[in-house]
Amino acid sequence: MRRLPPALLIGAALSAAFLAIAALSLVWTPHSVTGVSISERLQPPSAQYVLGTDQLGRDLASMLMVGAQTSIAVALIAVGIGIALGVPLGLAAAATRGSLLDEIIMRGNDLIFAFPSLVIAILITARYGPSATNAILAIGIFNIPVFARVARGGALPLWTLDYILAARTAGKGRVRISVEHILPNILNLLIVQATIQFSLGILAEAALSYVGLGAQPPVPSWGRMLAEAQTMIYSHPMLAILPGLAIVLMVLGLNLMGDGLRDALDPRLRRRRA
Amino acid sequence: MIGVENLSVAIHGTPILRGVSLQIAPGEVFGLVGESGSGKSMTALALMGLLPEGAEAGGEILIDGRDLMRNSEPDWCRVRGNDIGMIFQEPMTALNPVRTIGDQVAETLTIHGAAEPRAALEIARDRLDRVGLSHIGMDAYPHELSGGQRQRVCIAAAIALHPRLLIADEPTTALDVTTQAQILDLLSALVEEEGMGLLLITHDLGVVAGMADRIAVMRQGEIVETGPTAQVMAERNHPYTRALLAASSHVPERAAAQRPDPLLQVEDVRREYPGRREGFRRGPPIVAVDGVSFTLHEGESLGLVGESGCGKSTLTRAILGLDPVQGGDIRLFGRSIVPQMPREMRAGIQVVFQDPYGSFNPRWKVDRIVAEPFHLLDAPPRGSERHDRVAEALTAVHLSPDDMAKYPHEFSGGQRQRIAIARALITRPRIILLDEAVSALDVSVRARILDLLAELQDGFGLSYLFVSHDLTVVRAITDRVMVMQDGRFVETGETEAVFNDPQHEYTRALLAAAPRLDLAS
Repeated sequence: MRRLPPALLIGAALSAAFLAIAALSLVWTPHSVTGVSISERLQPPSAQYVLGTDQLGRDLASMLMVGAQTSIAVALIAVGIGIALGVPLGLAAAATRGSLLDEIIMRGNDLIFAFPSLVIAILITARYGPSATNAILAIGIFNIPVFARVARGGALPLWTLDYILAARTAGKGRVRISVEHILPNILNLLIVQATIQFSLGILAEAALSYVGLGAQPPVPSWGRMLAEAQTMIYSHPMLAILPGLAIVLMVLGLNLMGDGLRDALDPRLRRRRA
Repeated sequence: MIGVENLSVAIHGTPILRGVSLQIAPGEVFGLVGESGSGKSMTALALMGLLPEGAEAGGEILIDGRDLMRNSEPDWCRVRGNDIGMIFQEPMTALNPVRTIGDQVAETLTIHGAAEPRAALEIARDRLDRVGLSHIGMDAYPHELSGGQRQRVCIAAAIALHPRLLIADEPTTALDVTTQAQILDLLSALVEEEGMGLLLITHDLGVVAGMADRIAVMRQGEIVETGPTAQVMAERNHPYTRALLAASSHVPERAAAQRPDPLLQVEDVRREYPGRREGFRRGPPIVAVDGVSFTLHEGESLGLVGESGCGKSTLTRAILGLDPVQGGDIRLFGRSIVPQMPREMRAGIQVVFQDPYGSFNPRWKVDRIVAEPFHLLDAPPRGSERHDRVAEALTAVHLSPDDMAKYPHEFSGGQRQRIAIARALITRPRIILLDEAVSALDVSVRARILDLLAELQDGFGLSYLFVSHDLTVVRAITDRVMVMQDGRFVETGETEAVFNDPQHEYTRALLAAAPRLDLAS
């Protein structure tokens, strides 16, 4: 067994910790995150409130736990949308390289790329109102062209290889070849891209909730916690530091894991290290 | 004199070279011959002080009696390019694609402080003229040149400082035969004019037989036989030298009976590619195959010979029904496959490709790879029957049925080519198309694969269309041959008749350019 890169281990450990916290928050939190109690507001950390309370007397630790759940759910579904739509589009574009279909898919990609996810979110919100679902949609739409490009870029060089020609002489069609031969061989690219998009999704969700376009109260979210703490940043800095730190650590963990996976899965890099 | 004395190299404890000694005199061509993994390239890298990381070397590297073994990296930098120049197999990757050829030749001069930038460019021009590129501008980029021209640029850069030794590592392996002959002529002339030594490393005995003064035969990191070329070729003291020479000119025994039934009829086939894009318009289409006709009979072995870009691969793909044709008709077993090959007919014609490394999905095991063409059958065998059929195909190519559970990277090049042949056999086709199927293999492996092909042809009543640039191989295994140039057949006929008495001037040029073993004697 060869040694895994340390970046991968650290990143995976951080990501797993956040996932575990989010999963735990589904069944148990120290306090209710909807229970407002003005008498308990802005408490310092204590045995009862491990990280203290916010301006409405809610337990900060519980808020952060449920916030992780919101962030991860939004980013995960958004990545899912990107993979589910982007990868087939990219494979189709590669399989029909140079055709009208390829041209339509890739120019469509360019069009979506021209709008940052924030602008798409504002567009969707203007029409349907702010919600976590709309944040997912906005981030998800932005993920589609990313995965389409990665899939197409990875697939194109494979299409020129002899084993694809051999599969064609075995009578296999483009769809079947894409699924049986191309997809397994670009899986490593997709996994790496998925971790990177996941971390970008966390950031995007935080940004959208920060400006009020993401999950709506009372659902806690790291971005909105930051926004609400802004006015008290000098008197109660921990209210802003803690959700900020959560975002940073989660994104750092995912990025480290993505880099580590790229090193571990890329056969060229692997050979150099061996 | 430049050379190595008792050189041994080990990488991470594994011995690669053992007691290699050779000396190259000024004005001498020294041929170093061996199969892949014999250590011939490692010897060259040691001479250049370019051993890979983790290598431990012993012995001496001598230039005029001076031992360079303990040289520091800066010392080596002064030697490289100055005393010893080197050219490689693949001229495209040896040149920087984003810099002009003039710059790259001049670079050698300026790095060693031999000339000011302006003067260096003048010398570079002179060197490029010398290697036969006087019609090419200094501001040309590598991609604008042909393979042979690129190799000339590499040579110009390597000889810019008049080194005392030029190392050429498989300098013509990636080139066509006619280009190869020109490059070898150029190297011979340069050796004579410059009085430099030439260490010519190759797997091709024909190449060294024609031009080396002395040769050394390497195997498993050792020189097994060395001496004047004519003497080594004539005496063949070591059994390995004998085996190598025998394998190079190996002719398999063929007993297949031919019948006059036509299996594949190609009639006036035309294949075009869309022209280059010019803004929103396209230029005139490029004609790759220009009205060719031939018939492949049952039990026959038909050769298709031509240099790269002549259209033989394009024609192959059209026959396999992978690309549409723009004119003419292709009839397989009496049925037309234009415009679309019916799926059930594909089982009757299968293919083996050149590259034993790119031919398989690296994530599939051998049984799945070999069984892939079963997809063509309406009722593909399942379970134990499928297992038996795959085992049968593997046995037919002299592999073990136990190999089914392995991945392709666990096999050597020759074994992989056997797997490719097993895959082609699995649907029991009547025609197998061999697209440069033995070109990437070492001579001894190639000889065994040719034997296997002859045996299978006899056993299964196969017909072969053998596409290759290698005239020796085509001569060994085909009954009839077609010579292709610029998308047309310039000559067709019985193989022996064409080789003994070529009618077309292009065929004559091809045959004259092909390296021959008998030139040394």
